Amino acid sequence: MVTTPTHPAHPLGLALHHIDHGYAIGGTDTPVLDDISLTIAPGEFVALLGPSGCGKSTLLRLIAGLEPPRAGTILAEGTPITGPGPDRIVMFQDPTLYPWRTVRGNVALGHDIAGRKDPASVDAAIELVGLKGFERAWPHQLSGGMAQRAALARALVNDPRLLILDEPLGKLDSLTRLTMQTELQRLWRDRGFTAIMVTHDVEEALLLATRIIVFSPRPARIIGDLPIDLPPHRHRDDPRLLDLRKNILTQLGHSADW
Amino acid sequence: MTASNTLAPGLNTGTPAGQAAAQAGARPRRPLLPWAAGPAWFLAALVTWRWPDADDFPDTNLLAALFAAIGLGLLATAALRRLSARAPWAIALGLGFTVWEVAQAKLLWLPRPFFGTPQDLLDVFLTDWKRLGDSLLHSLGLLAVGYGIGAVLGVAIGVGLGRSPRFRYWVRPLIRLVGPLPPVALLPLAFVLIPSGRLASEALLALAAGFPTTILTWSGVAAVDPAYYDVARTMGARNRFLVLRVALPAAMPQIFVGLFMGLGVSFATLVVAEMLGVKSGLGFYMQWAQGWAAYPNMYAALLVMSLMCTGLVSLLFKVRDRVLSWQKDGLKW
Ligand SMILES: Nc1ncnc2c1ncn2[C@@H]1O[C@H](COP(=O)(O)OP(=O)(O)OP(=O)(O)O)[C@@H](O)[C@H]1O
Ligand SMILES: [Mg+2]
Repeated sequence: MVTTPTHPAHPLGLALHHIDHGYAIGGTDTPVLDDISLTIAPGEFVALLGPSGCGKSTLLRLIAGLEPPRAGTILAEGTPITGPGPDRIVMFQDPTLYPWRTVRGNVALGHDIAGRKDPASVDAAIELVGLKGFERAWPHQLSGGMAQRAALARALVNDPRLLILDEPLGKLDSLTRLTMQTELQRLWRDRGFTAIMVTHDVEEALLLATRIIVFSPRPARIIGDLPIDLPPHRHRDDPRLLDLRKNILTQLGHSADW
Repeated sequence: MTASNTLAPGLNTGTPAGQAAAQAGARPRRPLLPWAAGPAWFLAALVTWRWPDADDFPDTNLLAALFAAIGLGLLATAALRRLSARAPWAIALGLGFTVWEVAQAKLLWLPRPFFGTPQDLLDVFLTDWKRLGDSLLHSLGLLAVGYGIGAVLGVAIGVGLGRSPRFRYWVRPLIRLVGPLPPVALLPLAFVLIPSGRLASEALLALAAGFPTTILTWSGVAAVDPAYYDVARTMGARNRFLVLRVALPAAMPQIFVGLFMGLGVSFATLVVAEMLGVKSGLGFYMQWAQGWAAYPNMYAALLVMSLMCTGLVSLLFKVRDRVLSWQKDGLKW
């Protein structure tokens, strides 16, 4: 199913209203998210940029439904999110493969949970991320980048309506990264899911996303919301991208002449 | 008693390649050591047969024949080149029997009846094998029921303690009160409260196996990376899946430590329970042998018991090696 472009698309739309969140760390309360309001239309590819530790992963956890926010509401197609669900699949920052399952078993996890049998889609996802031949490998036999690709395959088999990606390509070498970026974009276009992706790579965001959200340092507030009105198949040297890049880096606190 | 080598199949685990390299490096030569194992046992046979006994011992010629047969078997194994790694042990055992035979049957260095001769031991197996076998079966039966129940309950309670705060609130104090008690301390009480001695022993064995299994399962489940649950939950997993397919496999290495410890406590409890309670099994046999000063019988029972225990531990490790084949490496029993 992964490779079939004729897949019926039901991308998920999201609306976040005045989200506040925080954690108690060592007895003191640490605010993490500060009044985040955001509407994401079905089928958008949103990239989240922000300094390390500002609260991006936390926001993704709330959208996934793994934790309720302290204040505010998150609506998926108008109904509040009360818990996790297989229409919103997360690819976590750490691969967190199950060490007791082979690569194949890990990728098939979503099928096992749903009680579904679809070995063809598992094979297709494994091939897509370039792990063919490693189906029977244990996670401890993979490199960091391979584990990350396996985690991506595990997310993809579920045919999500919203794919939540937390630095999905962070551990890949620059060449594999380029291939995977192309694959991600192609998947997003072919299968028409909504995508939310955290990345530290401004160029990656510019190449893939239809919209870039920039966060302040913790507690995260939205300090920039830039639509990228450029067609897919963007070129890295496109002068419009270079302008946007300068703009974003300034918002992130870097001098513009960087 | 070698553990199976069922670690990660295929893929570069390093070992096969390493062995191949080592073999390629060394010059191929025929080891001579395996050929010495047979003669070592022939020596034992010869000494037993030709050297007159110091006293009127039974079965001397039969024992000599047995030694010789083992020697022949070892020669055949050497010819088939199946003996290389175990050859030193086979030789040492042959020489050991020779020394024992000389010291005890021929020269009577140590006082009888506390120290027996090899033929005494053989005689026990020849004349009393039925009762020994019967005792072994009784012990195994008691262990199987008691340990089995304890292991299953231990895993279940441990998972409950690790996953459910409510369960933990009620059960933890009970575990803390009863668990650390040596099961044999409850023995007198158990035999009073539970009318059937067998049932009482099974309950104690279950307790013996259950406590370490519970604690280790609990700690294993409590230590599961919460991210593992998050992954499954975002894919729609319910509690059942989280317990059976996430918490349990993640805690499995710890659970096996608990099962192993529980097995040890079970052995101890088994012997005491048989001596004081059920009046059957190997423990009871040994006590009976001591009562009649039948020391060779006691040695025979000890040997059988030690084979039983080590066999069960090996079995447990075999199962562990299979279940935990995903682990990078583990202890070799
Ligand atoms: N479970 C938790 N308990 C306590 N504090 C937490 C927890 N998770 C996150 N935090 C805190 O929340 C803040 C934001 O963390 P988060 O993981 O969302 O950052 P991030 O933006 O994803 O950073 P990075 O880019 O480095 O991944 C951090 O200060 C962190 O200490
Ligand atoms: Mg993060």
